[in-house]
Amino acid sequence: MASSRPDLLQGTLDLLILKAVALEELHGMGISRRIGQITNGTFEVKAGSLFPALHRMEEAGWLSSSWGQSETNRRAKFYCLTKPGRRQLEAETDQWKRISLAISSALQAT
Amino acid sequence: MSVWSRISNVFRGDRLSDEIDEELRSHIEEAIANGRDPDEVRKKFGSFLRHREESRDIRLLVWFDSLRADLVFGWRQLAKKPATSAAAVLSLALAVGASTSAFRLIDALLLRPMPVAHADRLYAMLTRGTGPDGSFRTTDSNEYPQFRLMRAAVRDDAEMIAVSWVERADLTYASDTEMEKAHRQYVSGWMFSAFGLKPALGRLLNERDDLTPKSHPYAVLSYDYWTRRFGQDRRVIGRTFRMGNDSLEIVGVAPKLFTGTEPGFFTDIFLPTMMHAGVTHDDWSWIRTFIQLKLNGSAERVRAQLQAIWTTVQGERAKGFTSWPAQRLNRFLDQKIVVEPAAAGLSEMRQSYRVALEALAVIVGLVLLIACANAANLLMAQATGRAREMALRVSIGAGRSRLVQLVLVESALLAILATMVGGLFAWWSAPFIVARINPADNPARLVLPADWRVLGFAAALSVAVTFLFGLLPALRASSVKPSSALKGGDNPHSRRRLMHALIAAQVAFCFLVHFGAGLFVSTLKKLSQQPTGFSSERLLTLETVAQRPQATEFWYQTADHLRTIPGVDRVAVAGWPLLSGNGANGFVAVNGQPPGDVLHYFLNVSPGWLDTMKIPLLDGRDFRPDDTVPGTRNATAGVAIVNRAFAKLNFNGENPVGKSFDRGKQHYKIIGLARDARYRNMREPITPTAYVPLRYTAPETLGSATFLVRTTNPNPLTVAGIIRREIARARPEFRVSNIRTQTEINEAQTIRERLLAMLALFFAGVGLLLAGIGLYGVLDYSVLQRRREFGIRIAVGAPARNIARLVTLDVFSMVLLGSAAGAGAGLLLKPYIKSLLYQIASSDISVFALPALTILSAVLLAALPAVIRAIRTDAVAMLRAE
Repeated sequence: MASSRPDLLQGTLDLLILKAVALEELHGMGISRRIGQITNGTFEVKAGSLFPALHRMEEAGWLSSSWGQSETNRRAKFYCLTKPGRRQLEAETDQWKRISLAISSALQAT
Repeated sequence: MSVWSRISNVFRGDRLSDEIDEELRSHIEEAIANGRDPDEVRKKFGSFLRHREESRDIRLLVWFDSLRADLVFGWRQLAKKPATSAAAVLSLALAVGASTSAFRLIDALLLRPMPVAHADRLYAMLTRGTGPDGSFRTTDSNEYPQFRLMRAAVRDDAEMIAVSWVERADLTYASDTEMEKAHRQYVSGWMFSAFGLKPALGRLLNERDDLTPKSHPYAVLSYDYWTRRFGQDRRVIGRTFRMGNDSLEIVGVAPKLFTGTEPGFFTDIFLPTMMHAGVTHDDWSWIRTFIQLKLNGSAERVRAQLQAIWTTVQGERAKGFTSWPAQRLNRFLDQKIVVEPAAAGLSEMRQSYRVALEALAVIVGLVLLIACANAANLLMAQATGRAREMALRVSIGAGRSRLVQLVLVESALLAILATMVGGLFAWWSAPFIVARINPADNPARLVLPADWRVLGFAAALSVAVTFLFGLLPALRASSVKPSSALKGGDNPHSRRRLMHALIAAQVAFCFLVHFGAGLFVSTLKKLSQQPTGFSSERLLTLETVAQRPQATEFWYQTADHLRTIPGVDRVAVAGWPLLSGNGANGFVAVNGQPPGDVLHYFLNVSPGWLDTMKIPLLDGRDFRPDDTVPGTRNATAGVAIVNRAFAKLNFNGENPVGKSFDRGKQHYKIIGLARDARYRNMREPITPTAYVPLRYTAPETLGSATFLVRTTNPNPLTVAGIIRREIARARPEFRVSNIRTQTEINEAQTIRERLLAMLALFFAGVGLLLAGIGLYGVLDYSVLQRRREFGIRIAVGAPARNIARLVTLDVFSMVLLGSAAGAGAGLLLKPYIKSLLYQIASSDISVFALPALTILSAVLLAALPAVIRAIRTDAVAMLRAE
C-alpha cells in the first residue's frame, strides 16, 4: 500500500505543511492527518520527515508554536502560520502553479 | 532572528532536548490514542534518538554547540586536577604577562606613532659621520640659524619643525621663595598647527609667537601638567611664572594625548624657540629637527637640499677652526645628512634602550617558549592517561578533527586564563619597569595605554600560545589507535621521545636566558666595582641657583658658613657634581704646539674641593681663594690642577707641576697634580681632566654651582634639610634646586645595567623553575610508564644504580644536548648585545660554566624524586598487579 504512494517531491512538503496550518493551528499529528485529507490520501507524511521540517520552518520564522490541549486531552505542540509564513505560502503556491502548468503543457505537447 | 535563536538555543540545550522529546512522545501517544497498534506505531516512527538529534541540529548552531560541549568538558578536565592546571596557568600567565609587558614598553618607546596629524609623513634630520674621537656616530642635533635656512629652502616639499631637548628647569609661580621643577621644551610656534593639534583650553602657540628672539614670553602647558599642578583650573590662562630671567605668561593648554615629541619624557611646558638664547648662535647645537613632508613632497629631494645647505654653512663655519688638525676638519666636513621616518618621535632613550628592550623581549620570549614546552608536556602526559577515553571516542565515531578540537579547546581555555592573569601582570609590571628606567628624582614617563594595539597583541599571543603548546598534544591524542589503546598496550616510547625533545628545547632556552642573565649581571658587577677615584660616602650634593648671579666671594662665604653647622665635616663648591652627566670640554695645546685630537674635561672647583672629595693631591698645592680662571673678557693667565691622565697624555707622565697649557685663548699654569677620578661616566677610560678655580677674573659672578657637603652622619640626608635652610639664610639669593647624595648619582650611572640585570635574573629564575618542573613531570611520568619494566628488572636482581641510570640516561643526554645548543646560540647572539656589556671577554669560561652548573644542579634536583621512586618500585606488588 505504502509503495503505491508517490514520494513527496522535493520542496512540496513545506508547501503542504504551510497549506495545512493556513486555516487553523494544528499539532504534529493533526498536520499529518490534514495533509492526508487535503491530498485525498495520496501523501502520508512520516514523523521522521515531519518534525525536522516543522522545526526548520519554525527556525525560519514561517511557523510559530505553542503548547496546548489536543482533542484527546493531551499536551501537544500546536503550530500556526506567521505573517512571513503566509507570504511564503503565497510565493510557493505561485511557484507551484507555474511549475505544474509548465509540466502539464510539456506533457500535452505532441 | 534565526541565527540569534540558534545561538541562544545552544545555551538551553537540555531544555530544547526535553521539548523535542515531549513533542515526539505526545505524537506517538496521540497515534496510539487514535486506536493504532502501539508496537506498529513505534516501529514505524523509527529511531526516537535520531529524530531528536536531527531536530536538535536544526534548532541550534551545531559547531557552536560542540564548542560549548568541549568548553564545558575542558573546564571539567582542568578542574579535576586543580594543582597541575593552576601551575600551567600561572607559569603561562607569567610568561604571557612578561611578553605583553615587554611589548607595551617597546611599543611605547619605539613603535607607537605620536598622536599627531600625518605622523606617517613625519621624518627627522640626522647627521651621520665620524666623530672627533674617530668613532662612527649619528647625531640628531642641529643649530637654529642653519635650521632657518633649511626651512626656507625645502618650503615646497616639507614643513620643518625645531624642538629642543626636554629638560628639567626651575621655575617659580607667585613667590620667588617657592621654586619648583617642570619639564620644559622649546618648540617651533607652528608645530601645533602642523601637527593638527587643538587646544584643550585657551590657545596654542603659532607662527607669530616665534618670530623675534626674546620677545614672545608665552607658554603652553601640557594637559598632564595642567591636571597635576593646577587641578585643571581654567583660571590658569593669563597667569605668569618666572623661569631664569624670563617672565612668561600661560596662554593655553595642549590637547590631552599630546605629551611632547620625546618618548620617555612628558613635556610640562612648551615655549617658543625664540625664547631660547641659542636661536642666534650658529655654534649651539640644541634643537632636533622634524620634517613633515607635504602630500607630494619627496624625502630624497629634501635630503639633497638639506645636505647642500649643511655643506655650505658648515664649510663657512670651518674656516674659523684654524687651530684644528686637517684630519679632524675633514671628518667634520665629511658628514652626511640622513632623513629618516620619525613617526614615534625622537629621544635619546630610544637609542640607549633599544637594544636593552630587544634583549629583554628575546629573554621573555624564551621564557614563554619554556612555559609553552612545559604546558605541552603536561598536556601530553595527561593525554596518555586519557588514551582510552580518546580511543573510545574514536570507536563510537568521533572524527579526528573533533578530537583535535577537543584538546585544542582545552589548551585555549588554559591560554585564555593565562592571558587574563598575565594581563594583570602586564598591567602592573610595565609601569613598574618604566619607573626604574631613570633616577628616582626624574623618572621616565611613557604613555602605556591598554588600547587595541596591546589587547590585539595579547589576543594574538594567546592564540599563538594555544597552538604552540596545544597542537602537538592534540595531534597526538587524535592519532590514537583504538585497537591498541583499548587493549592498554600503546607504544609509550614514541610519546616519551617527543617529551624528551621538548626537554632538550627547554634546557636550550633556559641556558640561553641564563647565559644572557650572566652577561648582564657580570657587566653590572664590573661597572659597579670600577673605582671612581673619589669617596662617595656621606657626601651630599646641593645644586644651587642664584636669582641674580652672585660674586664668587659669596659662594665661598656660604661654604664657610656651612662648615660651622654641627654634623658637617667638609664643604666645597664646584660647577657640578662628578658623574652627574654635566661636563665642559675643550682641546688643549702644550708647548706652543697645535692642539691635539683628544677632548680634555674641565671642572670649576673651590679651594678644598679635592680634600672634600678625598681625591689625593699627588704634587703641588691646592687652590687658594684668590686663584682665578681667565674670564671671557680678558686673557690673563689662570691656574689649574690636572689629573694623571692629563699628565700622561700631554707630558709623557712627567710631573706637570710648573708647566702650562692653552685652551683656546686661555693660558693656564699647572699648580698641582691630582690622582685620577671619574668625571663623565663609569664606562669610558678616565678622561684627561683639568680642575680650575671657581673664580673668574671677569665677570666675577656665578649664577649656579653645587655645594658638596661631607657629613659626619652615615646618612647624609638627615642633615639635608638644615643645610638647605642654612644656604638660603647665608645668602637670600640662593635657592637649592636639587639635593642628591653622591651615591645616588653614582648609581644612576648604572641604572640601565641594574634594570637589565635585575629583570634577566628574575626571568632566569622563572625559566629555571619552569624547566625544573617540566623535567620533574616528564621523569615522573616515564617512571610511572615503566613501572612494569623496573619491577621485572628489580625482581631479577638489577642493582639500584642500574635503575637510576635507566631513568636518567635519556634525560641527561637531552640536557647536555640542550645546553650545547643553548651555548652555541648564546655565542651567536652575543655580538648583538655588545653595546650593553662591559669588559666581558668571549674567552671568559665562567659565562658558560655558571649557567651550565646552575642548570645541572636544577636537573639533579628535579630528577631525584623520580629516581627514588623508580628504585623503590615494589617488584612483588607491581608484578602481582599485572
